[in-house]
Amino acid sequence: MAKLESNLKNMVLSLVFISMGMSAALGYVYLLTKEPIEKANKEKEVSAVKMVLPEFDNDPVKEMKTIDGLSFYPASKGGQFIGCAVNTFTDKAFSGKFTMMVGFLPDGTINKSVVLDQKETPGLGTKMKEPKFYSQFENKKFEGELKVKKDGGDIDAISAATITSRAYCDGINRAYKLFMKEFANETNSNKIDTTTTDKALETLKKEE
Amino acid sequence: MKHLLNGIWKENPTLVLVLGTCPTLAVTTAAMNGLGMGAATTFVLVFSNLFIALLKNLIPDKVRIAAFVVIIASFVTIVDLTMKAFTPALYAALGVFIPLIVVNCIILGRAEAFAQKNKPIPAILDGIGMGIGFTLALTIMGSVREILGNGSIFDIKLVSESTKTILIFILPPGAFFTYGYFIAIKNRLSANK
Repeated sequence: MAKLESNLKNMVLSLVFISMGMSAALGYVYLLTKEPIEKANKEKEVSAVKMVLPEFDNDPVKEMKTIDGLSFYPASKGGQFIGCAVNTFTDKAFSGKFTMMVGFLPDGTINKSVVLDQKETPGLGTKMKEPKFYSQFENKKFEGELKVKKDGGDIDAISAATITSRAYCDGINRAYKLFMKEFANETNSNKIDTTTTDKALETLKKEE
Repeated sequence: MKHLLNGIWKENPTLVLVLGTCPTLAVTTAAMNGLGMGAATTFVLVFSNLFIALLKNLIPDKVRIAAFVVIIASFVTIVDLTMKAFTPALYAALGVFIPLIVVNCIILGRAEAFAQKNKPIPAILDGIGMGIGFTLALTIMGSVREILGNGSIFDIKLVSESTKTILIFILPPGAFFTYGYFIAIKNRLSANK
């Protein structure tokens, strides 16, 4: 077959033909991959939530709430509220923004935190993913704000520049503020719950 | 066979044609990223070469670039969706560079310089050869940078946590150093023949 001449009709027809063929192929692939993509995203969420919270038996992803742009994943065990994972972010990082998942216990203690998506400098900022840095935040209870040592806080920064370390604190603070605001009621009621059970235990012990 | 080997050594897209330098410099911070990027590019290259070789008589000369870009972009989107679905971790690491394969000069360059003048079979072989050449160059560059800069290869630590590594090799300037040395070594080896 000879090559088509470059006249208007041929050009339009050829482009329309190619675009339509390719669109059909794309539509097909989209349908094929739609479910696996959703599944992969959900798995990523669930595994991140699992990583930062103590054991739970509900489906936090299903009960997810969005408050002020952050996603909250409340977790409970046997109907008792045991904590909440918060998908938070910071835009104070060295390379734009990174997202992280922080797990809070009902009284506002950080259970664990994990970085989800980041573009920090490899070998410098990415050290935040090493236990030496992130273990500082495990089981940490604090009032007000987390700060690096340079700013008068108690977090050991990764390096002297402290950009990533500050950003990490910023992400947690953002989540902490909202968590305290939104879950304060549940927290209080939980506190009462635990004190009543404690009292009950004490009376039981006395009776024994 | 000639077409296949051409891309791997004699006309290696990264080291000789110096095409596609943007992804080369940007993603080779780790060996795995280089390999993933290479594989994705190879896939797009093979299929775009094949389709362009098949459709070359249907595409009038004046709109050939537009037609090539539509074909290439479609295959890139296919790779993008597939990777998102089945290899989310690698997809996260390569991020924006997968969609950017569209404007990777290697692919448009091969479409223009080879596929539109040849039959489908040589076009596929050329695509595979170029793809392997690109993948090899990226993986080796990624390995060198990962070993020197992070003390690991394919995420396997070679040195202890506290050892100081030559950090600059995984930072952008290190990409240029490594790339420069690679081209120099390639030229030296080729000059001996």
